[in-house]
Amino acid sequence: MNGVHDMGGMHGFGPIQREADEPVFHYRWEARTFALRQASGALGKWNIDIARHANERTPPEEYLRATYYERWLAGLQRLLVENGLVTQAELASGKSERPAPPGLVAFPPESVDTAVRTGRNYRVDASVPSGFTVGARVTARNINPIGATRLPRYVRGKRGIVDRDYGVFVFPDANAARHGQKPQHLYNVRFSARELWGAQAAPKDSVCLDLWEDYLETA
Amino acid sequence: MIARARYRALETKAGLVGAPLRHGRIIGFTLPRVEAFAVSEHDHDHDEGSRFSEVELRVKALESLLVEKGLVNPQTLDKLIDTFETRLGPRNGARVVARAWVDPAYRQRLREDASAAISELGYSGMQGEHMVVVENTPQVHNVVVCTLCSCYPWPVLGLPPVWYKSNAYRSRAVIDPRGILKEFGVELSDDVEVRVWDSTSEVRYLVLPERPAGTERMNEQELAALVTRDSMIGTTKL
Repeated sequence: MNGVHDMGGMHGFGPIQREADEPVFHYRWEARTFALRQASGALGKWNIDIARHANERTPPEEYLRATYYERWLAGLQRLLVENGLVTQAELASGKSERPAPPGLVAFPPESVDTAVRTGRNYRVDASVPSGFTVGARVTARNINPIGATRLPRYVRGKRGIVDRDYGVFVFPDANAARHGQKPQHLYNVRFSARELWGAQAAPKDSVCLDLWEDYLETA
Repeated sequence: MIARARYRALETKAGLVGAPLRHGRIIGFTLPRVEAFAVSEHDHDHDEGSRFSEVELRVKALESLLVEKGLVNPQTLDKLIDTFETRLGPRNGARVVARAWVDPAYRQRLREDASAAISELGYSGMQGEHMVVVENTPQVHNVVVCTLCSCYPWPVLGLPPVWYKSNAYRSRAVIDPRGILKEFGVELSDDVEVRVWDSTSEVRYLVLPERPAGTERMNEQELAALVTRDSMIGTTKL
Protein backbone atom coordinates (compact mmCIF):
# COMPACT_ATOMS: atom_id res chain seq x y z
CA MET A 1 0.00 0.00 0.00
CA ASN A 2 1.46 3.34 -1.07
CA GLY A 3 0.52 4.87 2.26
CA VAL A 4 1.78 7.83 4.23
CA HIS A 5 3.41 5.37 6.66
CA ASP A 6 6.01 4.65 3.94
CA MET A 7 8.06 7.72 4.89
CA GLY A 8 11.60 6.90 3.87
CA GLY A 9 13.09 9.80 1.90
CA MET A 10 10.28 12.31 2.49
CA HIS A 11 11.16 15.92 3.24
CA GLY A 12 9.56 18.51 5.44
CA PHE A 13 9.21 16.90 8.88
CA GLY A 14 11.89 19.09 10.44
CA PRO A 15 14.67 18.37 12.93
CA ILE A 16 14.73 15.41 15.30
CA GLN A 17 13.09 16.43 18.59
CA ARG A 18 14.81 14.74 21.49
CA GLU A 19 13.78 14.64 25.13
CA ALA A 20 16.22 14.11 27.98
CA ASP A 21 15.34 11.42 30.55
CA GLU A 22 12.33 10.34 28.56
CA PRO A 23 9.91 8.04 30.39
CA VAL A 24 8.82 4.75 28.78
CA PHE A 25 5.26 6.09 28.61
CA HIS A 26 4.33 9.76 28.97
CA TYR A 27 0.76 9.05 30.08
CA ARG A 28 -1.09 6.17 31.61
CA TRP A 29 -3.41 6.02 28.59
CA GLU A 30 -0.39 5.36 26.39
CA ALA A 31 0.71 2.51 28.64
CA ARG A 32 -2.86 1.11 28.74
CA THR A 33 -3.12 1.35 24.94
CA PHE A 34 0.17 -0.48 24.48
CA ALA A 35 -0.87 -3.21 26.91
CA LEU A 36 -4.40 -3.49 25.47
CA ARG A 37 -2.89 -4.03 22.07
CA GLN A 38 -0.59 -6.81 23.33
CA ALA A 39 -3.31 -8.48 25.38
CA SER A 40 -5.83 -8.32 22.52
CA GLY A 41 -3.26 -9.66 20.09
CA ALA A 42 -2.74 -12.66 22.38
CA LEU A 43 -6.35 -13.71 21.63
CA GLY A 44 -4.93 -15.00 18.35
CA LYS A 45 -7.46 -13.35 16.05
CA TRP A 46 -4.80 -11.56 14.00
CA ASN A 47 -1.09 -11.78 13.30
CA ILE A 48 1.63 -9.13 13.45
CA ASP A 49 1.33 -8.23 9.77
CA ILE A 50 -2.44 -7.76 10.00
CA ALA A 51 -1.86 -5.58 13.08
CA ARG A 52 0.73 -3.39 11.34
CA HIS A 53 -1.48 -3.01 8.32
CA ALA A 54 -4.36 -1.88 10.55
CA ASN A 55 -2.24 1.13 11.56
CA GLU A 56 -1.19 1.77 7.97
CA ARG A 57 -4.81 1.93 6.84
CA THR A 58 -5.46 4.97 9.02
CA PRO A 59 -6.33 7.74 6.52
CA PRO A 60 -3.24 9.85 5.80
CA GLU A 61 -4.62 13.10 7.26
CA GLU A 62 -5.52 11.30 10.47
CA TYR A 63 -2.22 9.37 10.55
CA LEU A 64 -0.18 12.57 10.35
CA ARG A 65 -2.29 14.36 12.94
CA ALA A 66 -2.12 11.52 15.46
CA THR A 67 0.52 10.89 18.09
CA TYR A 68 2.19 7.49 18.09
CA TYR A 69 -0.14 5.80 20.58
CA GLU A 70 -3.19 7.43 19.01
CA ARG A 71 -2.21 5.51 15.87
CA TRP A 72 -2.01 2.34 17.94
CA LEU A 73 -5.40 3.05 19.46
CA ALA A 74 -7.03 3.68 16.08
CA GLY A 75 -5.45 0.49 14.71
CA LEU A 76 -6.60 -1.55 17.70
CA GLN A 77 -10.19 -0.33 17.39
CA ARG A 78 -10.11 -1.24 13.70
CA LEU A 79 -8.79 -4.74 14.51
CA LEU A 80 -11.39 -5.34 17.21
CA VAL A 81 -14.31 -4.30 14.99
CA GLU A 82 -13.09 -6.09 11.85
CA ASN A 83 -12.54 -9.31 13.77
CA GLY A 84 -16.00 -9.24 15.32
CA LEU A 85 -14.84 -8.77 18.90
CA VAL A 86 -16.63 -5.46 19.44
CA THR A 87 -19.03 -3.30 17.44
CA GLN A 88 -18.78 0.37 16.53
CA ALA A 89 -21.76 1.03 18.80
CA GLU A 90 -19.98 -0.65 21.71
CA LEU A 91 -16.85 1.39 21.05
CA ALA A 92 -18.93 4.54 21.14
CA SER A 93 -20.84 3.65 24.31
CA GLY A 94 -18.14 1.69 26.15
CA LYS A 95 -20.88 -0.79 27.14
CA SER A 96 -21.10 -4.41 26.04
CA GLU A 97 -24.22 -5.09 23.98
CA ARG A 98 -23.55 -8.73 23.19
CA PRO A 99 -21.18 -11.40 24.48
CA ALA A 100 -17.79 -11.94 22.89
CA PRO A 101 -17.49 -14.83 20.42
CA PRO A 102 -17.23 -18.13 22.32
CA GLY A 103 -13.92 -19.83 22.97
CA LEU A 104 -11.84 -16.72 23.57
CA VAL A 105 -9.97 -16.58 26.86
CA ALA A 106 -8.38 -13.41 28.20
CA PHE A 107 -4.60 -13.70 28.34
CA PRO A 108 -3.69 -14.47 31.98
CA PRO A 109 -1.23 -12.28 33.92
CA GLU A 110 0.87 -15.29 34.96
CA SER A 111 1.69 -15.97 31.29
CA VAL A 112 2.97 -12.46 30.51
CA ASP A 113 6.55 -13.06 31.55
CA THR A 114 6.97 -16.20 29.44
CA ALA A 115 5.23 -14.64 26.45
CA VAL A 116 7.47 -11.57 26.51
CA ARG A 117 10.63 -13.63 27.04
CA THR A 118 9.74 -16.16 24.36
CA GLY A 119 8.26 -14.01 21.62
CA ARG A 120 7.29 -15.63 18.36
CA ASN A 121 9.21 -17.32 15.62
CA TYR A 122 8.92 -15.75 12.18
CA ARG A 123 11.43 -18.13 10.66
CA VAL A 124 9.78 -21.05 8.88
CA ASP A 125 11.24 -24.52 9.09
CA ALA A 126 10.64 -25.37 5.44
CA SER A 127 12.89 -26.25 2.59
CA VAL A 128 12.43 -23.47 0.07
CA PRO A 129 15.01 -22.91 -2.67
CA SER A 130 16.77 -19.55 -2.73
CA GLY A 131 16.76 -17.62 -5.97
CA PHE A 132 19.73 -15.44 -5.12
CA THR A 133 23.16 -16.05 -3.67
CA VAL A 134 25.14 -13.69 -1.48
CA GLY A 135 26.86 -11.20 -3.75
CA ALA A 136 24.16 -11.37 -6.44
CA ARG A 137 23.13 -8.14 -8.14
CA VAL A 138 19.41 -7.65 -7.78
CA THR A 139 16.73 -5.09 -8.55
CA ALA A 140 13.91 -4.38 -6.13
CA ARG A 141 10.76 -4.94 -8.13
CA ASN A 142 8.61 -2.00 -9.07
CA ILE A 143 5.39 -3.30 -7.55
CA ASN A 144 2.58 -1.30 -6.00
CA PRO A 145 0.39 -3.69 -4.04
CA ILE A 146 -2.81 -2.28 -2.55
CA GLY A 147 -2.41 -4.44 0.56
CA ALA A 148 0.41 -4.65 3.10
CA THR A 149 3.98 -4.77 1.90
CA ARG A 150 7.37 -4.27 3.50
CA LEU A 151 8.96 -3.08 0.27
CA PRO A 152 9.34 0.69 0.72
CA ARG A 153 8.77 2.93 -2.27
CA TYR A 154 12.22 4.44 -2.10
CA VAL A 155 13.95 1.19 -3.19
CA ARG A 156 11.53 0.06 -5.89
CA GLY A 157 13.29 -0.21 -9.23
CA LYS A 158 16.70 0.33 -7.59
CA ARG A 159 19.68 -2.01 -7.88
CA GLY A 160 21.50 -3.48 -4.92
CA ILE A 161 23.67 -6.39 -3.84
CA VAL A 162 22.57 -9.34 -1.71
CA ASP A 163 24.67 -9.10 1.43
CA ARG A 164 23.14 -11.86 3.56
CA ASP A 165 20.65 -14.70 3.23
CA TYR A 166 18.69 -14.91 6.49
CA GLY A 167 16.93 -18.13 5.54
CA VAL A 168 13.20 -18.82 5.15
CA PHE A 169 10.70 -16.46 6.76
CA VAL A 170 6.96 -15.74 6.77
CA PHE A 171 6.10 -13.44 3.86
CA PRO A 172 4.25 -10.41 5.32
CA ASP A 173 2.31 -9.48 2.18
CA ALA A 174 0.57 -12.88 2.21
CA ASN A 175 0.36 -13.12 6.00
CA ALA A 176 -1.37 -9.73 6.31
CA ALA A 177 -3.96 -10.78 3.73
CA ARG A 178 -4.61 -14.13 5.52
CA HIS A 179 -3.27 -15.93 2.47
CA GLY A 180 -1.00 -18.17 4.52
CA GLN A 181 2.67 -17.71 5.29
CA LYS A 182 4.03 -18.15 1.76
CA PRO A 183 7.46 -18.91 3.28
CA GLN A 184 10.43 -17.71 1.26
CA HIS A 185 14.00 -16.54 1.61
CA LEU A 186 14.64 -13.23 3.28
CA TYR A 187 17.78 -11.39 2.23
CA ASN A 188 19.60 -8.34 3.39
CA VAL A 189 20.23 -6.19 0.34
CA ARG A 190 22.62 -3.27 0.29
CA PHE A 191 21.92 -0.26 -1.93
CA SER A 192 24.43 2.51 -2.42
CA ALA A 193 23.11 5.87 -1.26
CA ARG A 194 23.88 7.26 -4.71
CA GLU A 195 21.74 4.58 -6.39
CA LEU A 196 18.85 5.62 -4.15
CA TRP A 197 19.30 9.39 -3.97
CA GLY A 198 21.62 10.42 -6.78
CA ALA A 199 24.85 12.37 -6.84
CA GLN A 200 23.94 14.44 -3.77
CA ALA A 201 24.56 11.40 -1.53
CA ALA A 202 27.94 10.72 0.10
CA PRO A 203 29.93 8.38 -2.15
CA LYS A 204 30.51 5.53 0.30
CA ASP A 205 27.17 5.55 2.13
CA SER A 206 24.66 2.77 1.82
CA VAL A 207 21.22 1.64 2.98
CA CYS A 208 20.52 -2.00 3.83
CA LEU A 209 17.01 -3.46 3.78
CA ASP A 210 15.60 -6.88 4.56
CA LEU A 211 13.81 -7.96 1.39
CA TRP A 212 11.96 -11.18 0.57
CA GLU A 213 12.42 -13.29 -2.55
CA ASP A 214 9.20 -11.99 -4.12
CA TYR A 215 10.47 -8.40 -3.91
CA LEU A 216 13.57 -9.09 -6.01
CA GLU A 217 14.62 -9.89 -9.53
CA THR A 218 18.01 -10.40 -11.12
CA ALA A 219 19.57 -7.08 -12.11
CA MET B 1 -3.35 28.91 19.68
CA ILE B 2 -1.16 29.81 22.61
CA ALA B 3 0.10 26.27 22.65
CA ARG B 4 0.95 26.36 18.97
CA ALA B 5 2.86 29.60 19.24
CA ARG B 6 4.83 28.30 22.18
CA TYR B 7 5.49 25.05 20.37
CA ARG B 8 6.82 26.79 17.29
CA ALA B 9 9.18 28.84 19.42
CA LEU B 10 10.56 25.71 21.02
CA GLU B 11 10.83 23.96 17.72
CA THR B 12 12.88 26.80 16.29
CA LYS B 13 15.11 26.85 19.30
CA ALA B 14 15.67 23.11 19.13
CA GLY B 15 16.32 23.31 15.42
CA LEU B 16 18.86 26.09 15.74
CA VAL B 17 20.91 24.79 18.58
CA GLY B 18 20.05 21.11 18.41
CA ALA B 19 19.09 21.19 22.06
CA PRO B 20 17.04 18.36 23.45
CA LEU B 21 13.74 19.43 24.99
CA ARG B 22 14.56 19.34 28.64
CA HIS B 23 11.81 20.96 30.60
CA GLY B 24 8.38 19.89 31.58
CA ARG B 25 6.16 17.20 30.23
CA ILE B 26 5.48 16.18 26.70
CA ILE B 27 1.82 16.44 25.89
CA GLY B 28 0.11 14.65 23.07
CA PHE B 29 -1.91 17.06 20.97
CA THR B 30 -2.54 17.92 17.38
CA LEU B 31 -0.13 19.88 15.26
CA PRO B 32 -0.06 20.00 11.52
CA ARG B 33 3.61 19.72 10.70
CA VAL B 34 5.84 18.06 13.23
CA GLU B 35 5.16 14.87 15.18
CA ALA B 36 2.40 15.85 17.49
CA PHE B 37 3.85 16.82 20.81
CA ALA B 38 4.72 19.92 22.69
CA VAL B 39 6.23 20.93 25.94
CA SER B 40 4.12 22.28 28.77
CA GLU B 41 6.00 24.10 31.45
CA HIS B 42 4.14 26.11 34.06
CA ASP B 43 1.06 27.37 32.32
CA HIS B 44 -2.10 25.47 31.72
CA ASP B 45 -3.59 25.10 28.28
CA HIS B 46 -7.25 24.20 27.96
CA ASP B 47 -7.03 22.92 24.39
CA GLU B 48 -4.34 20.45 25.29
CA GLY B 49 -6.15 19.45 28.45
CA SER B 50 -9.45 18.68 26.78
CA ARG B 51 -7.87 16.76 23.94
CA PHE B 52 -5.81 14.72 26.35
CA SER B 53 -8.88 13.93 28.42
CA GLU B 54 -10.75 12.84 25.34
CA VAL B 55 -8.21 10.22 24.34
CA GLU B 56 -7.81 9.14 27.94
CA LEU B 57 -11.56 8.60 28.18
CA ARG B 58 -11.57 6.64 24.93
CA VAL B 59 -8.90 4.29 26.26
CA LYS B 60 -10.68 3.88 29.58
CA ALA B 61 -13.93 3.07 27.79
CA LEU B 62 -12.18 0.57 25.55
CA GLU B 63 -10.50 -1.15 28.47
CA SER B 64 -13.71 -1.47 30.47
CA LEU B 65 -15.54 -2.78 27.40
CA LEU B 66 -12.91 -5.47 26.75
CA VAL B 67 -12.80 -6.42 30.42
CA GLU B 68 -16.61 -6.64 30.57
CA LYS B 69 -16.55 -8.95 27.54
CA GLY B 70 -13.93 -11.14 29.17
CA LEU B 71 -11.41 -10.47 26.40
CA VAL B 72 -8.83 -8.73 28.55
CA ASN B 73 -7.72 -9.19 32.15
CA PRO B 74 -6.73 -5.83 33.72
CA GLN B 75 -4.00 -7.53 35.77
CA THR B 76 -2.46 -8.71 32.52
CA LEU B 77 -2.26 -5.08 31.43
CA ASP B 78 -0.60 -4.10 34.73
CA LYS B 79 1.91 -6.90 34.36
CA LEU B 80 2.71 -5.96 30.75
CA ILE B 81 3.24 -2.31 31.64
CA ASP B 82 5.44 -3.20 34.59
CA THR B 83 7.55 -5.47 32.39
CA PHE B 84 8.17 -2.76 29.82
CA GLU B 85 8.71 -0.01 32.38
CA THR B 86 11.08 -1.89 34.66
CA ARG B 87 12.58 -5.01 33.08
CA LEU B 88 13.37 -3.99 29.52
CA GLY B 89 15.59 -1.09 28.57
CA PRO B 90 18.95 -0.02 27.17
CA ARG B 91 20.86 -1.22 30.24
CA ASN B 92 20.33 -4.73 28.83
CA GLY B 93 21.91 -3.82 25.51
CA ALA B 94 24.76 -2.04 27.31
CA ARG B 95 25.65 -5.31 29.03
CA VAL B 96 25.79 -7.06 25.66
CA VAL B 97 28.06 -4.37 24.26
CA ALA B 98 30.41 -4.37 27.27
CA ARG B 99 30.69 -8.16 27.15
CA ALA B 100 31.54 -8.00 23.45
CA TRP B 101 34.28 -5.46 24.18
CA VAL B 102 36.00 -7.58 26.82
CA ASP B 103 35.40 -11.08 25.48
CA PRO B 104 36.48 -11.78 21.87
CA ALA B 105 34.85 -15.23 21.92
CA TYR B 106 31.53 -13.64 22.94
CA ARG B 107 31.91 -11.06 20.18
CA GLN B 108 32.41 -13.88 17.71
CA ARG B 109 29.26 -15.63 18.95
CA LEU B 110 27.36 -12.34 18.54
CA ARG B 111 28.50 -12.21 14.92
CA GLU B 112 27.46 -15.79 14.26
CA ASP B 113 24.12 -15.93 16.09
CA ALA B 114 23.25 -12.72 17.91
CA SER B 115 19.92 -13.99 19.30
CA ALA B 116 21.66 -16.93 20.99
CA ALA B 117 24.57 -14.84 22.27
CA ILE B 118 22.22 -12.18 23.67
CA SER B 119 20.07 -14.80 25.38
CA GLU B 120 23.20 -16.03 27.19
CA LEU B 121 22.84 -12.82 29.21
CA GLY B 122 19.15 -13.48 29.80
CA TYR B 123 17.62 -11.22 27.13
CA SER B 124 15.27 -12.69 24.56
CA GLY B 125 11.75 -12.61 23.25
CA MET B 126 9.25 -10.24 21.71
CA GLN B 127 10.70 -7.99 19.02
CA GLY B 128 14.11 -9.54 19.51
CA GLU B 129 13.48 -12.99 18.10
CA HIS B 130 15.87 -12.59 15.19
CA MET B 131 18.71 -10.35 16.31
CA VAL B 132 21.61 -9.13 14.20
CA VAL B 133 24.47 -7.08 15.68
CA VAL B 134 26.23 -4.66 13.35
CA GLU B 135 29.69 -3.49 14.39
CA ASN B 136 31.00 0.01 14.06
CA THR B 137 34.60 0.28 12.89
CA PRO B 138 36.81 3.21 11.91
CA GLN B 139 35.56 2.60 8.34
CA VAL B 140 31.85 1.89 8.89
CA HIS B 141 29.27 3.67 11.05
CA ASN B 142 25.89 1.92 11.40
CA VAL B 143 22.53 3.60 12.02
CA VAL B 144 19.23 1.77 12.59
CA VAL B 145 15.77 3.00 11.58
CA CYS B 146 12.34 1.64 10.75
CA THR B 147 10.94 3.82 7.97
CA LEU B 148 7.63 1.93 7.76
CA CYS B 149 6.66 1.81 11.44
CA SER B 150 8.68 1.60 14.66
CA CYS B 151 10.52 -1.76 14.71
CA TYR B 152 13.08 -1.78 17.52
CA PRO B 153 14.88 -4.51 19.52
CA TRP B 154 12.78 -4.56 22.71
CA PRO B 155 14.69 -7.17 24.77
CA VAL B 156 17.94 -5.18 24.59
CA LEU B 157 16.72 -1.57 24.27
CA GLY B 158 13.17 -1.58 25.64
CA LEU B 159 10.52 0.50 23.88
CA PRO B 160 11.83 3.19 21.52
CA PRO B 161 12.06 6.89 22.39
CA VAL B 162 9.56 9.25 20.74
CA TRP B 163 12.17 10.62 18.34
CA TYR B 164 12.89 7.15 16.93
CA LYS B 165 9.18 6.77 16.08
CA SER B 166 8.84 10.33 14.77
CA ASN B 167 8.02 11.21 11.17
CA ALA B 168 11.22 13.27 11.08
CA TYR B 169 13.53 10.38 11.95
CA ARG B 170 11.70 7.80 9.85
CA SER B 171 11.73 10.00 6.77
CA ARG B 172 15.24 11.41 7.05
CA ALA B 173 17.38 8.53 8.34
CA VAL B 174 17.69 6.87 4.92
CA ILE B 175 18.16 10.01 2.81
CA ASP B 176 20.00 12.29 5.24
CA PRO B 177 21.74 10.16 7.88
CA ARG B 178 24.67 12.56 8.05
CA GLY B 179 22.32 15.46 8.74
CA ILE B 180 20.76 13.52 11.60
CA LEU B 181 24.17 12.51 12.95
CA LYS B 182 25.18 16.16 12.93
CA GLU B 183 22.09 17.06 14.99
CA PHE B 184 23.20 14.38 17.46
CA GLY B 185 26.69 15.90 17.52
CA VAL B 186 28.49 13.41 15.27
CA GLU B 187 30.40 14.54 12.19
CA LEU B 188 31.95 11.88 10.00
CA SER B 189 34.27 12.35 7.03
CA ASP B 190 33.27 11.06 3.60
CA ASP B 191 35.89 8.32 4.02
CA VAL B 192 33.62 6.67 6.57
CA GLU B 193 30.73 4.64 5.16
CA VAL B 194 27.47 5.47 6.88
CA ARG B 195 25.42 2.28 6.64
CA VAL B 196 21.74 2.67 7.44
CA TRP B 197 19.71 -0.41 8.38
CA ASP B 198 16.02 -0.06 7.57
CA SER B 199 14.20 -2.64 9.73
CA THR B 200 11.73 -3.91 7.13
CA SER B 201 11.45 -7.49 8.44
CA GLU B 202 11.28 -9.23 11.83
CA VAL B 203 15.08 -9.06 12.03
CA ARG B 204 16.11 -6.53 14.68
CA TYR B 205 19.41 -4.68 14.61
CA LEU B 206 21.66 -3.61 17.48
CA VAL B 207 24.69 -1.42 16.81
CA LEU B 208 27.90 -2.45 18.54
CA PRO B 209 29.66 0.89 19.09
CA GLU B 210 33.44 1.16 19.09
CA ARG B 211 35.05 0.91 22.49
CA PRO B 212 36.20 4.39 23.48
CA ALA B 213 39.92 5.04 23.75
CA GLY B 214 41.34 5.22 27.25
CA THR B 215 39.04 2.56 28.70
CA GLU B 216 41.61 -0.25 28.75
CA ARG B 217 41.66 -0.47 32.53
CA MET B 218 37.91 -0.48 33.01
CA ASN B 219 36.07 -3.65 33.94
CA GLU B 220 32.96 -4.93 32.20
CA GLN B 221 30.57 -3.23 34.59
CA GLU B 222 32.27 0.13 34.26
CA LEU B 223 32.27 -0.21 30.49
CA ALA B 224 28.55 -1.02 30.43
CA ALA B 225 27.89 2.25 32.27
CA LEU B 226 29.48 4.14 29.35
CA VAL B 227 27.16 2.67 26.73
CA THR B 228 24.20 4.88 25.80
CA ARG B 229 20.94 3.94 24.12
CA ASP B 230 21.61 6.23 21.17
CA SER B 231 25.04 4.67 20.56
CA MET B 232 23.28 1.30 20.13
CA ILE B 233 20.82 2.85 17.63
CA GLY B 234 23.81 4.42 15.92
CA THR B 235 22.87 8.10 16.15
CA THR B 236 25.77 8.84 18.49
CA LYS B 237 29.32 7.65 19.04
CA LEU B 238 30.91 7.03 22.43
